[in-house]
Order: sequence, then C-alpha cells, then structure tokens
Amino acid sequence: MQSKALEGVKILDFTWIAAGPLTTIYLAKCGATVVKVESMAKPDGVRTSPPYIKGKAGLSRSMQFSNDNANKLSIAINLKHPKGIEIAGRLVAWADIVAENMRPGAMEKLGLGYEDLKKINPSIIMFRSSFAGQHGPQSRLSVTGTELQGLCGFTILTGYPDRDPIPPWGAYTDLTVPALSVGMLAGALDYKRKTGKGQCLDLAQFEASLHYLSPAILDYFANHRSQTRNGNKCDYAAPHGVFRCKGDDRWCTIAVFTDEEWNAFIMAIGNPPWTSDPKFAGLVERKKNEEELNRHIEEWTMNMSAEEVMNLLQGHGISSGVVETAADLLRDPQVKTRRFLQKLDIGEGETLSHQGLGFQLSKTPYETSTPGPGLGEHTEQVCREILEMPDDEFIELFTSGVFE
Amino acid sequence: MNFESTTSSSILESFKVLDLTDEKGMLCGKFLASLGAEVIKIEPLGGDRARNLPPFMNDTPGQEASLYYAGYNTNKKSITLNIETDDGKAIFKRLVKDSDFVIESFSPGYMHKLGLGYLELSAINPRIIMTSITPFGQEGPYSQYKSSDLMCFAMSGLMYLVGDPDGTPLRISVPQTYSLGAAEGFGASMIAHYYRERTGEGQYVDVSIRDSMIKATIGILPECEVNQRVMKRGGAYWVIRHTPNKMLWACKDGWITFRLHGGTFAVATNRELVKWMSEENMATDFMLNVDWEHLDMDEADDEMYKKFEDPVGKFFMSHTRQELFEGALARNIMLLPVSTIEEVANSPQLAFREYWHEAEQPEWGKSIKYPGAFIKASETPCLKTRPAPSIGQHNEEIYKERLEFSNEELALLKAANVI
Repeated sequence: MQSKALEGVKILDFTWIAAGPLTTIYLAKCGATVVKVESMAKPDGVRTSPPYIKGKAGLSRSMQFSNDNANKLSIAINLKHPKGIEIAGRLVAWADIVAENMRPGAMEKLGLGYEDLKKINPSIIMFRSSFAGQHGPQSRLSVTGTELQGLCGFTILTGYPDRDPIPPWGAYTDLTVPALSVGMLAGALDYKRKTGKGQCLDLAQFEASLHYLSPAILDYFANHRSQTRNGNKCDYAAPHGVFRCKGDDRWCTIAVFTDEEWNAFIMAIGNPPWTSDPKFAGLVERKKNEEELNRHIEEWTMNMSAEEVMNLLQGHGISSGVVETAADLLRDPQVKTRRFLQKLDIGEGETLSHQGLGFQLSKTPYETSTPGPGLGEHTEQVCREILEMPDDEFIELFTSGVFE
Repeated sequence: MNFESTTSSSILESFKVLDLTDEKGMLCGKFLASLGAEVIKIEPLGGDRARNLPPFMNDTPGQEASLYYAGYNTNKKSITLNIETDDGKAIFKRLVKDSDFVIESFSPGYMHKLGLGYLELSAINPRIIMTSITPFGQEGPYSQYKSSDLMCFAMSGLMYLVGDPDGTPLRISVPQTYSLGAAEGFGASMIAHYYRERTGEGQYVDVSIRDSMIKATIGILPECEVNQRVMKRGGAYWVIRHTPNKMLWACKDGWITFRLHGGTFAVATNRELVKWMSEENMATDFMLNVDWEHLDMDEADDEMYKKFEDPVGKFFMSHTRQELFEGALARNIMLLPVSTIEEVANSPQLAFREYWHEAEQPEWGKSIKYPGAFIKASETPCLKTRPAPSIGQHNEEIYKERLEFSNEELALLKAANVI
C-alpha cells in the first residue's frame, strides 16, 4: 500500500456548509483522520441539499454532502449537553487541528474558543474560517459565499459594462479559499511537528479572496481606476470571446493573442474574403472593429458544433474550448484520463461520481475512498477507538442523549 | 489591535524555491514567499512575458510597470537565466541541488525535453518537490491544448453557469483560472512539503488548472448524474433545480446580494428581515405568516417565490446599499452590498484588520498598497509585503555571492546569452 502524505494527522472538524468542509476534504483525501462534529439539532446544512439517494429526503441522503465530505468520520454530539462539551474536550486533546467556520464568537460561547482549547491541548492548531475574520466592525455577521462574492468585487466584475452585473454562479469565494487554507494548515502542522507549538489561524474569506483580484486592486491604488466588468473582452487580444455554435445553447471560446495566431486562425477557417479587410489587420485594428469581427466569426461557428470548432482551432495552435455543461464534464475524455471523478457506492444500490482534487502527488496519491458519512455514523467507532471509552460509559452517555 | 506578531518565526524560513512560472503559476510562489521561503523567480533573458500584462503603473506600458506582474510576484527575488543553453542548464542544476521546491508552468514535456524533468532533478536532489501547473495536467488528450483564461473558465463548467439565460456565457473580467490553479499548486506543494519533512522524500506534483476550477460549479454534477438535469445560468438568479432563487437585487444606489435560504440555518436571518420590513410597514401578510422552520425553497414554485420576491424587492429598493448593510450588521441578516473595487479598497473592516500592506517600488518612486496576509497566523504570520523584483535584480547576489562566479565568468555568460 502506498503511504499517504498526511497519515497520522488528526483533525476535529466543526466546519459546515462549504468553505470549511471543502478545506478539510483535502486533508481527509490525503490521509488525515477527520472527525466531523455535528448534532441532530444542528446538522451540516448541506445535508438538506438535494439530490437525495433514491430521491428521498433525509439527513444522511444528500449526494452533494457526500461529495463534499468523502473520507470523513461523523460523530453526533449535543454540545448543549454538559457531557457533550466534555466529550468534545476529549477529542480536542486527541487532535492536531480543530477546524471551525462558525460565526465569530460562537465557539467561545460553547466554551471551545482558542483559549479554552489551549488549556486542554497546549499545542493545538485552531483553524478559524469566517467571512471577515474574528475581529472588526463587520466580523459578527454570518453570510455565505453567495453574498461574499458580491462584497469582494467578483460580481461587479462580471457582465457587461452597460448592464447589471451578474453573480458568478453560487458561491465563488467557497472555491477561492480552501487551497490557501490547506497550504497554511500543512505548514502549521510541520511547524508543530518540529517545535511542538500550535497556533490560532484566523482566515477571513474576504481577505484571502482579494488576492485573486490583485491586478484590479493595484490598478485602483496606483492609478485610481475602479475597474469594472468587460463582458468576455481582453485588452490585449482579439478575437477574444465566446461564440454560438450549432445546437441548443452550445458555445465555444476563441482567443487570439498574436499575429502568428491570427494568421493560423485565418487558415483554419478557410481564408474567407472578410479576413483580408484592412479593418482586421493587426491587433489595434481588430480591437477597434471587434464587434464586427465577432459577428463574422459567429457566422462561421454557427454552422459547426462546439467540439468541431475546438478541435479544428486547437489543431492550428489557437486557444479554443467548449463551454462545457455538467453533461459534458461527466463524459469529458480529459476528466476521465485524470480520474478526477471517482464513483463510490452511496448505499441502496446507488453510486455517485465524487469530485477529486486539482492535483496529483506522485508518491502519495490522494484517494476518495468512502462516501460522506451519515449523521453520527461513526459515533460509536470514534468513542471506542479514538477515545477508548468503556462500554458502560458509552451506553450511559448514549441513553442520556449526549450523542444526538 | 496588534495583528502582526513581532517575535515570530516563519514556516518556510530557510527553504528555497526556484520559480519558473509565467502567469499560469506566479501566485503559487507568492504564497510560498509569504510564508518565509526564499523564492527566486527565474526569468528568460528578456524578462517573464507576464511583465507585459496590463494594467500598468501610471497607464504607461513597460516591463517594470505591469501591475499584473507586481501583484503576483511580491516578496520574490529575480534572476535571468536561459535554461535552454547548456551553461544555463548546468547553473539551474547547481541551484536545484540547494533548493527545496521547483515550480514551473511550461507545456507538459518541455522540462523533460531540456533534461530538467522530475527524474533528472530528483537524481540531483531527492528532497526536491517539483510542482507543475498547467491547464489540464501532464497527460491526456487535452494536455497540449493552447490555453487561455477564457478557455479554462469555459472548460471547467463554470462559464455555462454565468450570464443571462438567453445570453452569451461569461467569465469574470479579471482572469481567475490561472490564479486558482496556482493556489491549488500552493496547497499541494505544502502537503508534499509536510510529507518531505517527515520522511525526507520529495515528489512530483501535477496540478491541473481546469480540475482546480471544477468545484466552483457547486451542485451541477450530482444533479446531472442522478437526475439527468443540466443546470444553467440564470442571470441574477441561481436556478437550482425547479425554483429560481434571486441572488442579485437592485436597491436605491446599486445592488446587494441576498438569497432567501430555506432550511434551519436561515430561520433567524429570514425572521429578522421580516421584522425589519414590518417595522417599516413593508411586510405582506404572506411574509408575516411563513413557517420559516419548515420552509423548503426546493419545494417552492414560481408563484410562491414571487410572493417573497415582490415585497422583498420593494423593500430593498427603498434603501441604499449602505443602509441595507448597516441594517444587516445590526440584525445579523445574510446580506452584503455589491462593492466596487474602490469600495473594497476603502473597506473599514479591512482597515481595522490592517489588511493592506504598503510597499515602495523603487522603479516607480512611490509606494502603493497591496493585498496583505491571506491568513492571520498567531505563531507564524505571513511576511510583510516586499515589492516584486525588477528583471534580474538579484543576479549579482545569486551568481556572484551564492554561486561564486567571477566577474570574468559572468561577462562570458552574459556574452553567450546565458544570463
């Protein structure tokens, strides 16, 4: 058996919804033991997100939840019960990392703030992910990535300059922060291994996400320009856009950056007469007449499938790609080669393709081995194997409702 | 409040990175540098081509004026080196011997063709972690495709989900995909680093920019696989399964984002909004009587959704963004304004957290602000921002002091177009 990069790493995971679980899933897939803490009263909200196994709703039946929480163990603890907090404390003593993405102050209220954790386990790493960070005038608000993408500027930068902006799908910032969090966590684990020191990591999703907008932010600070949305245009390329192809709602991108690529493009589309118009000679002219250029190109793409356009142009060394739908991704040959989707049994005879990570490690490949856990599925296992709890204690706690 | 610890260590202090990336991977090295690593950007003789990317300082194009480059290469050093020459390869290998990471974003196979692939480099230094960041990864039918941000955004599945339902699919106007791939490379390299420090073994990290993007398509893959339903873009609405759920709302002076969430976690925020609306006599009877505990937005049909949308929309239109944001903060309602970049730059929250780092770029004769620490770490804080290097700014330090080349040798290497 191949070894795992994070074998032996122990994580107590209080995160829920997206930005948190999508962080700890990297660690779980790379071999860490991740114990996810929930309760019947406060399950991870994604558990109520369809589609469900066999189309039947239920806290342990959500497929999206399974995708986002593969490889993790689930324990149900009622943290409002005094014994529940004690159990949580025993898991804190076991863990290397405690991860959470609650509203700032909520962990303190439970008696699980960083100071509390340190008393139990002085070398604990506490990873806290929140929208604006643990402190500040806006820190106490709870929001999701849906709202945060607007505050960060991603929304104002999407759409056409003369029309309303458009939010980039559901919750873009839930994508921008996990890999950064993972990098810091792996580093903090190494630092702890070498020095014995833990620490508190305060990630503000707002702050981390702004790194992806650096060019626009520096443009503001240097030139006092507040950049805005620009359709699919690019200042230094033409054509640079998305073109309608044959079929229902089928599209393909085309981006031409250099004269060499432009000449190859003309060849690829069969050297039609319009291309010799001086209006399109050189980038400056093409930028000036971009709308007309795009109309000519779309007349050509309209008669071809998106795949034909991509294959033909790529064959001539021009950047072009199909605007893929979910159905396209599920049958995409490159996705298959990368084995990005991993089919797992999720119970009752059903399977689901679980998404992988964006990388492969040559010596310690990650694995997607078990589907997202049912709520409390591993309560007994965690108590017996990790906490080494005697039977009678487990039964007593169980009957008094601690594991609900 | 003091956020920057003074007696701190850095996680990657004393670790060295050779950074060969162009715009596809620059952000990876920037994050490694912010954890304290010495990151040497190895540029071709004329400078990295990302130095030609706009925007520019004072809107004046020039290789030392690209703000795109400046933003993604902070805290790095720069040397020039032509790794396609024999002397260049030899120098690169000498540097590898003493380094901990190599990051590159060339077309798959290029480094191997030069004799600088992972097998060759790990033979020189078995501890080396080599991270390649490419559009589709090293192997497979698309691996040699000519890339662009536009194409990676489209092929990740995200573009199909952005735009008006009957309009052209859209990307985000500031290129995103390469930065996300680079961030994935950072996370992966650090995981490999943890393993290397524990076992002494380096390894090869193969990042696919497209794969790193796919998870932004939250929800669409299970829905398609299980129900054969292809979800698509809905403009201001997030069209999840049956019900359009509005994300972007107009208000008096712009837009806000807000979503009517169902389920237990949104009960409090929904009640608070209705309370606020009723204080201003804008809550309808329907709104006042919803059973929020049992509201399931997936069950709501268009007609029912309208009964939320109309009064809520009117309420938002009667307020400015600032009024709505302040109300949301006071009442804990899940609502945020749609900011302009200028507003982001002037955010009181970011100012309170001392987020922006001011750094002076000698070439510009002035200092500007940069995005600061991506995370606040109590024991190993991110480094203060140092501006991106000029082309070959550290040639002297690396070639003369570290590799101990004589002036004569350096002159020769320069004449032979090696450095």
